[in-house]
Amino acid sequence: MSSSNREAGLFSRPGIELLGGARDQLPILLGVIPFGVIFGALAVSAGIPAFEAQSFSLFIFAGSAQFIAVSLIAEAASPFLIVLTILVVNLRHMLYSASLAPHVYHLANRWKIPLSWLLTDEAFIIASSRYRRGNIEFAHWYYLGTGLMLWAAWQLSTFLGIALGVLIPPGIGLDFALPLTFMAVILPTLTDRPAWAAACSAGFFSILLTNLPFKLDLLIPAILGIGVGLGVEMHSVRVKRANGDGA
Amino acid sequence: MNHSELWIIILGGMAVTFLIRLSFILLIPPDRLPEWFRSGLRFVPPAVLAALIAPDLLLLDGTLHLTFANHRLVAGLIAMLVAWRTRNTWFTIGSGLLTFGLLGLL
Repeated sequence: MSSSNREAGLFSRPGIELLGGARDQLPILLGVIPFGVIFGALAVSAGIPAFEAQSFSLFIFAGSAQFIAVSLIAEAASPFLIVLTILVVNLRHMLYSASLAPHVYHLANRWKIPLSWLLTDEAFIIASSRYRRGNIEFAHWYYLGTGLMLWAAWQLSTFLGIALGVLIPPGIGLDFALPLTFMAVILPTLTDRPAWAAACSAGFFSILLTNLPFKLDLLIPAILGIGVGLGVEMHSVRVKRANGDGA
Repeated sequence: MNHSELWIIILGGMAVTFLIRLSFILLIPPDRLPEWFRSGLRFVPPAVLAALIAPDLLLLDGTLHLTFANHRLVAGLIAMLVAWRTRNTWFTIGSGLLTFGLLGLL
């Protein structure tokens, strides 16, 4: 990086991106923080000591996998089975890793490693919408900001849940903020017919396959949707070729 | 569950999760991937988002509810309209939560 980019102030380009990423994570936190609090409270009530409960959030940092692990611990499942379950639950992150890889390909490992560490559903969704907007020279700072914001909120909300040990009243509807945020984020991704086909079919399969365990009800519908998107795209390329538009 | 078993879960869970997240970013360079795989990547965000949204709006306790009695569906449709018109995340969430809250009062 050239010396002119080294200025680390908050109003340099990297600083603006970092703050922008943190800011755009805020609406998602509305839905995430209650989950963190509930996780902390559940972990303690499952008999996990406070330090270990916090360590789940510190080291694994994957909400749904943590919830499932705690419920398996409460049922006294074997540690091997629980780690295997965490692996299956988090397999969907491989899709996110592949999707972001071309954008961070040029970065040094000292960037790739922490950015991978921060790669959750929520960070992926916000970071990939940033990459779609272009002008991405400093977009890795944005990704870092959005990931750190989520990480900090997850740690603090877990801590709160452990400390209070009480469930915040369910049914106040804040968890509904998550799909609402996703709606605002999905629209710009629906740029053409193949993208619409991918989204509609993924939504359809997520309803059809809703009872699959291990969060596979997200991974498998997503893969099927991606396949449908690819199919529609290849079909339209073929139609264009047949009409003599070239490829 | 004893202490060392708990730490096996925490550290093992950390290892598998981190390796999955590192997979394509660090371990497998994207230029070694086949063309169809790379062109499929742009469909990851819309597909994942739709698979996250649809069950939250359409299912109540695991069964399909396509009626006005499903407050999440009604609030979600209004929020979708707001998202489309304004392209603003806060307006989208605000309109959805407000509709959901008002429907709950009826």
